[in-house]
Amino acid sequence: MTNVILIAVCVLGAIGLIAALVLWGTAKKFAVKEDPRIGQVQEALPGANCGGCGFPGCGGMAAACVKAADQGSLEGLSCPVGGQECMNKVAAILGMEAAVSAPKVAVVRCNGTCENRPRVVEYDGVKNSRIANTTAQGETGCQYGCLGCGDCVAACQFDAIKINPTTGLPEVDRTKCTACGACAKACPRTIIEIRQVDEQKQGMVVTCMNKDKGAVANKVCAASCIGCGKCKNVCGAEAITVENNLSYIDAEKCISCRACEEACPKACIIMLGEPRKEIKKPAAPAAKPAASTAAATPATESAAPAAKNTNTRPYDKPIELKFDAPLLPSQQYMLAGTVDLVRSESKAADTAVENIEHSYDAPLMPSQQILLGIKTKKA
Amino acid sequence: MKTFRIGGVHPAENKLSAAEPIKVAELPKIAVFPMGQHIGAPAKPIVQKGDKVKVGQMIAEAGGFVSAPIFSSVSGTVLKVDTIIEASGYKKPAVFITVEGDEWEESIDRSTDLVTLADRPELTSKDIIDKIQKAGIVGMGGACFPCHVKLLPPPGSKPEWVIINAVECEPYLTADHRLMLEHADEIIVGLTLLMKAVDVKKGFIGIENNKPDAIKLMQEKAKAYPESEVVPLKVKYPQGGEKQLIDAVVRRQVPAPPALPVSVGAIIQNVGTAFAVYEAVMKHKPLFERYTTVTGKQVKNPGNFLVRMGTPMKDLIDACGGMPEGDNKLLAGGPMMGKALTSTEVPICKGTNSVTIISGEEAFRKEPNPCIRCAKCVSACPMGLEPYLLAKLAAVQNWERAEKEEVVSCIECGSCQFTCPAHRPLLDNIRQAKSTVMGIIRARAAAAKK
Repeated sequence: MTNVILIAVCVLGAIGLIAALVLWGTAKKFAVKEDPRIGQVQEALPGANCGGCGFPGCGGMAAACVKAADQGSLEGLSCPVGGQECMNKVAAILGMEAAVSAPKVAVVRCNGTCENRPRVVEYDGVKNSRIANTTAQGETGCQYGCLGCGDCVAACQFDAIKINPTTGLPEVDRTKCTACGACAKACPRTIIEIRQVDEQKQGMVVTCMNKDKGAVANKVCAASCIGCGKCKNVCGAEAITVENNLSYIDAEKCISCRACEEACPKACIIMLGEPRKEIKKPAAPAAKPAASTAAATPATESAAPAAKNTNTRPYDKPIELKFDAPLLPSQQYMLAGTVDLVRSESKAADTAVENIEHSYDAPLMPSQQILLGIKTKKA
Repeated sequence: MKTFRIGGVHPAENKLSAAEPIKVAELPKIAVFPMGQHIGAPAKPIVQKGDKVKVGQMIAEAGGFVSAPIFSSVSGTVLKVDTIIEASGYKKPAVFITVEGDEWEESIDRSTDLVTLADRPELTSKDIIDKIQKAGIVGMGGACFPCHVKLLPPPGSKPEWVIINAVECEPYLTADHRLMLEHADEIIVGLTLLMKAVDVKKGFIGIENNKPDAIKLMQEKAKAYPESEVVPLKVKYPQGGEKQLIDAVVRRQVPAPPALPVSVGAIIQNVGTAFAVYEAVMKHKPLFERYTTVTGKQVKNPGNFLVRMGTPMKDLIDACGGMPEGDNKLLAGGPMMGKALTSTEVPICKGTNSVTIISGEEAFRKEPNPCIRCAKCVSACPMGLEPYLLAKLAAVQNWERAEKEEVVSCIECGSCQFTCPAHRPLLDNIRQAKSTVMGIIRARAAAAKK
C-alpha cells in the first residue's frame, strides 16, 4: 500500500519538476527584453491612460520618452495630466532636461445659450453630437454652434466638462481640465479648442464659430461674432485675425490687455474666468414665440398666429415603456432617419435642457451592461 | 408570389392618397434650385442675377461625369444665387428665380401622343444615353443617382435585364402608383428605351401587390411588348430596395460593395425615371418636374401632384390644407427612409418623392431602452446584417470591426429601428458607422493610388 503511494508521489513530483524546468527554460529563452527605464518612467507617469499625450496609454508614452531620450531630447513630449512636475520627474529618470510647456486648457468657443440663440425647431433624434451634426444644422439658425448633445462630456475622463442645464452649453472646470484634448476631438464642429493660457489658467478667447456674414449671424444669435474687426483694430499685440466673418485670437501672441473685450460690440470676447460684459439682446425671445428669431423659418410663422401654447409633449410625465399593441411591428411607429420637429412655435427659452450623464440603465445581467456612450436622463 | 428571401418588415401601409388622381401644382412665386440634387459633384450655376430664363432652360451645368445638369422649371428672372436650407439640414448654394408667366423652351414637344421606338428607328443606344445625360435625369425613387452613369456599366459587365422599380414599398407614398395608372404607355416605352440603351433583351416591371389596378393595367399594356413582363410582388418592406428587387424578380444576390447590381446582370430604374427617360428622349423634355405625394394622417386633403421642381414645400402643404395644428414632423420622403426637415421652405428637388407630415403623439420618438438581445433586428435586416452589433460598434467608434462586419452593405432602410421593441436608434448609429467607414475606405484607396 505505502509503496504505491510513494511511487505515485515520486512520479508526480518528477513530472512537476521536469515541467518546472521546461517552463523556466522557456521563460528564459523567449523572454521579452524591455528597457528597464520604460518601466521606471511609466511609474512616474499618472497612469490615467487618457491618451492626451498622443500615445497609446502611459506605457506608450514611457516607451516614446525613452526613445526620445536616446535621440537626445524630450522636446515635444508632454503629459497634460501630470503636467510640468511629472515631466521633470521623467527627465530626471532619463538624465535629461525637461522641456517646458505652457499650460493649456479646453475652451468652449460658443456662447449660443438658450437665451441668446433661440430654438426654432426641436431635435427628437439621438442625443449624440456627431449624429445630430449630420442631421441638420441644429435647433437654431446657426450651423456652426454647439448642439448641446454632450459628446464632449462623455469623452472627458476627468469630470472637467459638464452641460449647464440653463444655458444648454458645456462648461469647462479649469481646475480639473488636463487639456488632454478628448473633448476637442469629440466635438464634430471643432467648437472646443485646447488653448494656451497663463499660470492662472486665464486667457482671451472669442466665443463664437459663426462664419456667416455679420447681418445673418446677428439675426440668429445675440452673442455672435459679426466680423466687424473692431477687436483687430485695437489689439496691441497683433494677435487677432478676422477671416470669413469670424475673429480669432492667437493665444501665443496675446498679452491679455483686454482691449478687444472692451471694443467688441457683441460681447463675444472674454477673459477666461472673468465675468462677461453685458450682451445687447434683441426683443426678449422668451416672451414672443418666434417673432424675434429671424432664422424665421416659416414653420414658426405659418402656423397659428396666436401665441397659444400647443406644447403637447409631456416633459413632466414619467416616460413609461409601452408597447402600443402586443409586439405588432406595424404599430411600433418608429420614424427611421432623422427626426426633427417642426413646432408650431418655438419653445420658451427657459425650458431646461436635460442633464447629460453616463449611466448604466440595466439590471446586473452582463449582456445588458454595455456602455453606449451618451445616455440622457430627465433633469 | 415572388418576394425577397432575407428579412423584411411590415409597416402599416397608410396609402391615404392612393385614390387621388394627379393634380397639377400651382407655380410658385419664387422657385429655388439647390445645386446638390443628385449623388456626385454638385452642379455649377451658369446663370446670374438678372438673367431671363425659360422653362426647360439649363441653369446649372453638371459638375463632372457623376453629376447632372439642372434645368429651370419656371420662366422668369434670376433673383439671386444664394444659399437655402435644403434637405440636408444645412444651407447650400441655390439659384433663386422669380417666376413670370410660363414660357417653355421651343424645343420641348408638349404634345401628348405616344411615340414608340418603332416611330424612331434611327435612335441608337448612344443617342439614348446621351439624351438622358443632357436632360439631367437622375434616379427618381429618391436616391438621385445620375441615370446615364448607371447605363454605362464598368467594362466587362454583362447586363441581362432592365428591371423597373414600381414597387413603392415606402408607407404613405402613392405617386408612382398614380403615375402608372395615368401614364402606363409612356412608362413601358421608357422601359424599351432603357433596354435599348444597355442592349438587353428582357425587361421586368416589379409592382407590389397592394396596387392591383396598376398591375392589371400594366399587364394589359405590356402585352404589346413581348420582351417586357410585369411581376407582381408580395407586399413586404423594403421590396423596393435595389438588391431586394433583384432577388425577388430574377433570384440573384448582388455581392457586397463595391460590386454593383449590374455584376449579376440587372439594371434597376425607378418607374418615375423610366417616365422621365421617355419624355427626355421622345419629347426632348429635360427633367424639371416630378410626381410627388403630399400626405399625412392629419393633413386635410392628401394628394398626388405634378410639381415643378423648385417649388417650396410650403406651397404644396398649403394646397393640401396647411400644416396641421400642434406638433408635427415634416419628412422629405416616407416615415422609413425619409428625412425630417427643419423648415417648410425647403424646395422640391429631383429626389423629393413625397412630403409626409407625421402629427401628434405619433411624431415623437419613444425613449430608448437597453438592448434586450431579442435579435428581431437581425431577423428584420434585408441585407442579412446584425444591426444591434453595428449600432454598438458605431457607439464605441470601433470602425475597424464595423468594416469587418460589412456595415457598408447596409441600405439604410430602417427595418431594424422600426422593429426594435426597445426603441433603440439603431439606424442612426449605423449610418454614422457606414459614413465613417466609407470615408476610411476612400482615404485608403486614395493613399494606395499615390
